[in-house]
Amino acid sequence: MLVYERKRNTLLVRLNGELDHSASMRVRAELDGLITEGGIRRLVFDLRDLRFMDSSGIGLIIGRYKMMKRRGGSVAICGSNARIDRIFDMAGVYQLVERKAEGGQRDAVHQ
Amino acid sequence: MPYINEMRLDFTAQPQNEAFARLAVSGFLLPLDPTMEELADIKTAVSEAVTNAIVHGYGGRPGIVRLAAGYAADGTFTVEIIDRGRGIEDVQRAMQPFFTTSADDERSGMGFTVMQSFMDEVDVRSAAGRGTVVRLVKHMRARETDAVPRRA
Repeated sequence: MLVYERKRNTLLVRLNGELDHSASMRVRAELDGLITEGGIRRLVFDLRDLRFMDSSGIGLIIGRYKMMKRRGGSVAICGSNARIDRIFDMAGVYQLVERKAEGGQRDAVHQ
Repeated sequence: MPYINEMRLDFTAQPQNEAFARLAVSGFLLPLDPTMEELADIKTAVSEAVTNAIVHGYGGRPGIVRLAAGYAADGTFTVEIIDRGRGIEDVQRAMQPFFTTSADDERSGMGFTVMQSFMDEVDVRSAAGRGTVVRLVKHMRARETDAVPRRA
């Protein structure tokens, strides 16, 4: 469900497969451990390998945004497609987290 | 318009069945030769309704979620997601964006908004303590199908 890469205090998380309620509970559990233990200040989601997402994705992103905000950090998203963007826009996700254009993975990691 | 094809599927209210429900509905729709867009719209809406049934309807208690679907010759697809869980006290309020009753589960409260945005009709009937029926309708691009009309 997720592949991650850590560079200093940045965590790049590449989600794959189908992000629904069931998967989001598993991702959340794994991610929160990585963020806390790794002293992470910047979290970047790469969604290019996601085949499906419902509103559970909104909960996952906003939940992590709140967590990172408490830690004085930030969240960015890259590799999202039009359908994912449409769902995020319904909830105003991009008013809270940064959207990086396609190919923006490197930029997102290095701000 | 009568259905030319119908299906019913009962499964236990467990999160791992959310993916199964999406797959089952996709498979049922194949004879209609749906576009990728139509298929994704329906899968997303069904996923939201099934998740609601599992998370809110039954709330971790054992129960059965039923999918009942059919399509007519004109390409109108209807699916009902039925649970016999706790029901919704105030359906109109539950359908408001961001409304959620679960504080700790990171539910966004956007499930009904997503259903309404991807389907042509969303109808919710619910009774407290009795359960909920979510009816989703999509008017799919009319097309020739190999489906054989059902005998009366």
